[in-house]
Amino acid sequence: MKTIFTRDAAPEHRLLFVFLLSMVLMFCEQRFSFLDPVRSALSYLVAPAHYLSHWPTQIADWFDETFADRTQLIEKNRQLEQQNLLMQRRVMKMAALAAENIRLRALLNSSSLVEESVIVAEVIGVDPDPFTHQIILNRGSNDGVYTGQAVLDARGLMGQVVSVEPWMSRVMLVADTSHAIPVQINRNGVRAIAAGSGFLDKLVLKHMPDTADVKEGDLLVSSGLGGRFPFGYPVAQIVSIQHDPGKPFAEVVAKPKSRLNRVRHVLLVFKSQNVQFDEASDRQADAIMEEVLEQLSDELEQTMDEMEASSHE
Amino acid sequence: MSKEASALDGLGAVTMTFMFGFWLTGLHLPENIELFRPLWVPLILIYWIIALPYRMGVYTAAVVGLLLDLFLGVPLGQNAFSLAVVGYLAYLLHLRIRLFPVWQQCLIVLLLVGIYQLINRVTEGIMGQSSEGLAYYQPTLVSAFIWPWVYVILRAVRRRFRLY
Repeated sequence: MKTIFTRDAAPEHRLLFVFLLSMVLMFCEQRFSFLDPVRSALSYLVAPAHYLSHWPTQIADWFDETFADRTQLIEKNRQLEQQNLLMQRRVMKMAALAAENIRLRALLNSSSLVEESVIVAEVIGVDPDPFTHQIILNRGSNDGVYTGQAVLDARGLMGQVVSVEPWMSRVMLVADTSHAIPVQINRNGVRAIAAGSGFLDKLVLKHMPDTADVKEGDLLVSSGLGGRFPFGYPVAQIVSIQHDPGKPFAEVVAKPKSRLNRVRHVLLVFKSQNVQFDEASDRQADAIMEEVLEQLSDELEQTMDEMEASSHE
Repeated sequence: MSKEASALDGLGAVTMTFMFGFWLTGLHLPENIELFRPLWVPLILIYWIIALPYRMGVYTAAVVGLLLDLFLGVPLGQNAFSLAVVGYLAYLLHLRIRLFPVWQQCLIVLLLVGIYQLINRVTEGIMGQSSEGLAYYQPTLVSAFIWPWVYVILRAVRRRFRLY
């Protein structure tokens, strides 16, 4: 029986209990990793809420696509065709470069070629906390996503996976204050660390000497040092350099290449597998080279013909 | 006996309001209005604790907080503790808050949500995530401002499902 005088536990004691429990939980999670499976099991409880939060955006997209203007569609189609043309031209060059790269590697007796595979993921959530920059993807450990994996968009490196759950994963963007990435300047290979500033359009290069060869507009690519990020993806572009005589280092600010706050689809890069350099790839290189040479000679003939024709006139 | 059996009645409605609160918390917003998002979960929690103090309490707050930790991807225990503090204070003050006029309720809510934000910020600082400026507390103001509407809507829910 319950009377008005019985009290099971005073709220103060409950609060104390919750306090101790949460301290233990936070400490364990910070120091050890045995709570990770618990977390990923419990995350099934809240995963539906994430997917539901994504609905309004999806519905808006659906409306946009379904009721799109005919002229808009035509315009978009035209743009895409143009883009496609440009891309194809670049791919054409790419084949030659790839062949050249393989040749050079062979010359250097390099034992391995780097091959990376990717999967496409959709952004289904953004961290509601305005002071952290994290996004949530719809791929999780079921798709083979792992902590530390690099995430790209079409323009550059976006960040890395920081926690994985069965159905989704959480990505910390390069602009987060607790993120830093090893980079190098594409022009001359000067190494640096690009740390996030908390602003989506600003990265700060740490400890750059005043005398370092840095210019505005320099492209920073991931250097691959530290083994976490793959080498050679564009990260940011330098926008300003300030030399303050009172400070030991130059203040170098860069702007991320990827559009951190407006992408919908991203790429998850899987760790590079070392492909043995063997006859197969050698033959492949030969094939690519032959193809390219053929193409070039065709083009040459064509231009020769044209020139001849114009000289006759 | 029958009274005790009914202690769990209608908790589905309470759960639904919390789920709705989570949904609103996770909803995508443009970056420039993200700071105007009220802290839905503490608001809903405060309402249910002052409305049903014999069913909701510190433990309810802690469980909701744990789920919020999972949802937000912050260390387990951070929101569990801060929401438990809010729940404890709301429980202590519930008789008074019920009698307050609306504007005074808003002030109390401002205080409670402010304490919630303060604890969260301190914990985040200890865990190594720093944030600068007073903008961190902007959602607190928005929450206090939106309290009367939350109150009216949740009261309608409570009456509809006859929760006392």
